Amino acid sequence: MKVEYRVYLGIGVFVLLVTVVYFFWAKEYGGAMMLFGTAGLGILPALYLGWWKRRMDPRPEDVEEATMAESKGAVGAFPDHTIFPFVLGIGAFLTALSLVFGAWTAVIGLSLIVFAATSATLESRRGGAV
Amino acid sequence: MTIAEERSELAHEPDAGGHHGPSGIYKWLTSTDHKVIGKNYMYTSLVFLMIAGAMAMIIRAQLVQPDGHIVSQQMYNELFTIHGSIMLYLFAGPFAFGGFANFILPLQIGAPDMAFPRLNALSYWLYLTGGTTMLMGFFVTGGAAAFGWVSYAPLSSYTNSPGPGPDLWIVAIALTGFSGIFTAVNLVTTAFYLRAPGMTMFRMPIFTWNMVVTGILILIAFPILTAAMVMLYADRHLGTHFFTVAGGGSPVMWQNLFWFFGHPEVYILALPYFGIASEVFPVFAKKPIFGYKGLVFATLAIAGLSTGVWAHHMYTTGTVLLPFFAALSLLIAVPTGIKVFTWIGTLWGGNLQFKTPMLFALGFLVTFTMGGFSGVMLASPPFDFAVHDTYFVVAHFHQVLAGTAVFAGFAGFYYWYPKLTGRMMRESLGKLQFWIAFIAFNMTFIPQYLAGLRGMPRRIPVYLVSDHVTFLNQVSSVGAFLTGFSFLIWLLNLWISWRKPIAAGDNPWDGHTLEWATSSPPPHHNFTSLPPIRSQRPVWDQNHPEYADYNTEHDGTPKKGVEAK
Repeated sequence: MKVEYRVYLGIGVFVLLVTVVYFFWAKEYGGAMMLFGTAGLGILPALYLGWWKRRMDPRPEDVEEATMAESKGAVGAFPDHTIFPFVLGIGAFLTALSLVFGAWTAVIGLSLIVFAATSATLESRRGGAV
Repeated sequence: MTIAEERSELAHEPDAGGHHGPSGIYKWLTSTDHKVIGKNYMYTSLVFLMIAGAMAMIIRAQLVQPDGHIVSQQMYNELFTIHGSIMLYLFAGPFAFGGFANFILPLQIGAPDMAFPRLNALSYWLYLTGGTTMLMGFFVTGGAAAFGWVSYAPLSSYTNSPGPGPDLWIVAIALTGFSGIFTAVNLVTTAFYLRAPGMTMFRMPIFTWNMVVTGILILIAFPILTAAMVMLYADRHLGTHFFTVAGGGSPVMWQNLFWFFGHPEVYILALPYFGIASEVFPVFAKKPIFGYKGLVFATLAIAGLSTGVWAHHMYTTGTVLLPFFAALSLLIAVPTGIKVFTWIGTLWGGNLQFKTPMLFALGFLVTFTMGGFSGVMLASPPFDFAVHDTYFVVAHFHQVLAGTAVFAGFAGFYYWYPKLTGRMMRESLGKLQFWIAFIAFNMTFIPQYLAGLRGMPRRIPVYLVSDHVTFLNQVSSVGAFLTGFSFLIWLLNLWISWRKPIAAGDNPWDGHTLEWATSSPPPHHNFTSLPPIRSQRPVWDQNHPEYADYNTEHDGTPKKGVEAK
C-alpha cells in the first residue's frame, strides 16, 4: 500500500503547492478554489490509503519475493452474466433525454433505474451473480 | 508453477473453463467480463472514429476551393463541432481507457476481472447511449450543436444556439462523462487491489501505470466537466446567469471551468497511448524498457503539472496570469522529453524488428514529437497571441492528439489483436496501411501549420483567393483523403483476418508481460496458471531463463555468479 499511498499523496501535495503559489501570485479566487479542490482529490484518497497502510501487513502483491501460494483466500467474487447494468444504462439514458424532450421519458427511465437497482441488489444478496 | 489453490478455484467454478453462459446478442447485452466489455468499447469507438473521419472528409472537401459549396455554413459548423466532440469524447478516450485498458490491464497484473464488473458494464452502456445521444442531434429541428467542441459561452447560450441539438450535446457529454468516471474508479481500484502476488507497483507494466495515472486524472477532471454542463443547461433553461454578463455572470468563467477539465483531458487522451508505445518498443527491440522508474515519475509529473496549465488556452482573454501559466506549460516539456528519450533509449542498440505495431509506434513517436515542439512554441504567450485560433493551433493539436490516438492506437490494435481474437492481421497490408497513413497524415497537417502562419483562422467554411492559402488547403485535403483511404486498407485487413484466420498462438510477438502468459483469446477469468513474477518482464523471464532480468544486468550481461548460455 505504500506506493499507492505515495502516488496520491505526491499529486495532492504538489497541487497544494501550486495552489499556494497561484493564490498569492495571481490573486484570482476561482482558479485557486479549483486547484484547492484538486489538491483535496489527491490528499483525501492518500489519507485513506495511508490509514490502511499502518494497519495492514504488506499484501502478497506488495512483496517482491511473494509466491503464488501466499495469496490467501479467494481473489474476489465476480458476477457472471446479468442484464441489470444494461437496464440501468437504458434507464439513465431515458432519464437524461427528459432534459431535452420533456418529462415523459423520465417516467420510464426512472422506473427502469429503480427496477434495475433493486434487482441487482437482490441478485447480490441471493449470492448468485454477486 | 501453478497458481494458489484459492486462485485456481476460480477455474473450477461451474461457469468457468467450459463456460455455459448465454450466447449471441443476449451474451453481448449481459456480459460483465472485462474482455467482452473491452472489445465492445474498442469496436464501438472505432465505429465512432469512422463517423468522425467521414465528417473530416466533408470538412476538407469544403475547403478545397476558396469559396466551397459542398455543405451549407450552418452544416459546416455542426460538422466540425461533432467531429471534434466525437474524436475527443467518444473515440480517443474510450478507445484507450474503455477498450485497451479494460481488456489489457487485468491481464497485465494477473487479475481475473476488473474490480467492479457490473459498474464496468454500466459504463459501457452509458458510453454507447451517450454517443447515440450526440448523433441524434443531426435528426432534430435546428440540427446538431454548432458551437465547437469547447462550447464557449455566450455562443452556447439559448439565444445564440437555440433548439434541442445543443441540449442533446450537453446530455451526451454528461452521460459519457459518468461513463468515464466509472471506468476510472474501476481501473484505479483494479490496479491497487487485484494484482497477483509478487506484482509490486514497481513491477507493473508501463501501460498499467499510465492507466492508473489516467484514472486519477479522470477522477480530477471529469466531475468538473459534468458540473459545467449542469451550469450550462441551467443557464439555457432554468434562468440562471452563470455565464451571461447581463445577469452578473461571466462568460470567461466557462472557459476557466472547461479548460480546468480540458487540459487534464488532453493528457487523459495521451497517457494511455504513451503506455501502448512503452509496451511496443521494448518487445520489438528485444530489450527491457529503458529507465522504467523515470517513465513512471515522468507520467506522475505530467499528471501533477497538467492541473496547473488550464489557462494557456486563454492567453488572449487578457484575464489570466501569463507568466504563471507559461512557466508551468513549458515545464511539461521536461517530463514529456524524458519520455521521448527513454523510448529512444529503449530502441538504442536493440535488436529491432519492424513489424506493423513497431512501425505504427515509430510513426507515433515522430508525429507526437513534431506536435510537441509546436506545443512548446504555443506555450509562449507572444507567439500564442499571433497564432491563437488559427490553423497553426489546429495542426498542433491534430499532430499531438490525432497522431497519438491513431498511430499509437493502431500500434496497440495490431499488437494486441492476436490476444483479442487469437488471429493475426496480415503484415503486408498492415505495413501498406502504415506508410500511406503516415505520409498522408503529415501531408494533411504540415501545410496547416503554414496556413496558420499566414493567418488562416480556424472554423471558417470559406476563404479568399487573396489569402494565399488555396494551394496549402488543397495539399491538406488530398492528404486527408489519402488518410481516409488508409483506413479502408485496415478494414480490408480486418475482413481478411475474419474470413481466412491465421492462428496466432499464445505469444506471437515474444511479449514480456503477463497478458502473453495466457491463451489467445484468454479463458473466462483469464488465467489457469501464472508464471512466477520476479521482475517487470515475467513472461520473458519464463521463456528466456538464461537472459532473465533477475539474472542479468540492465545491458543484458550476466550478473556475477550467474552463467549465461
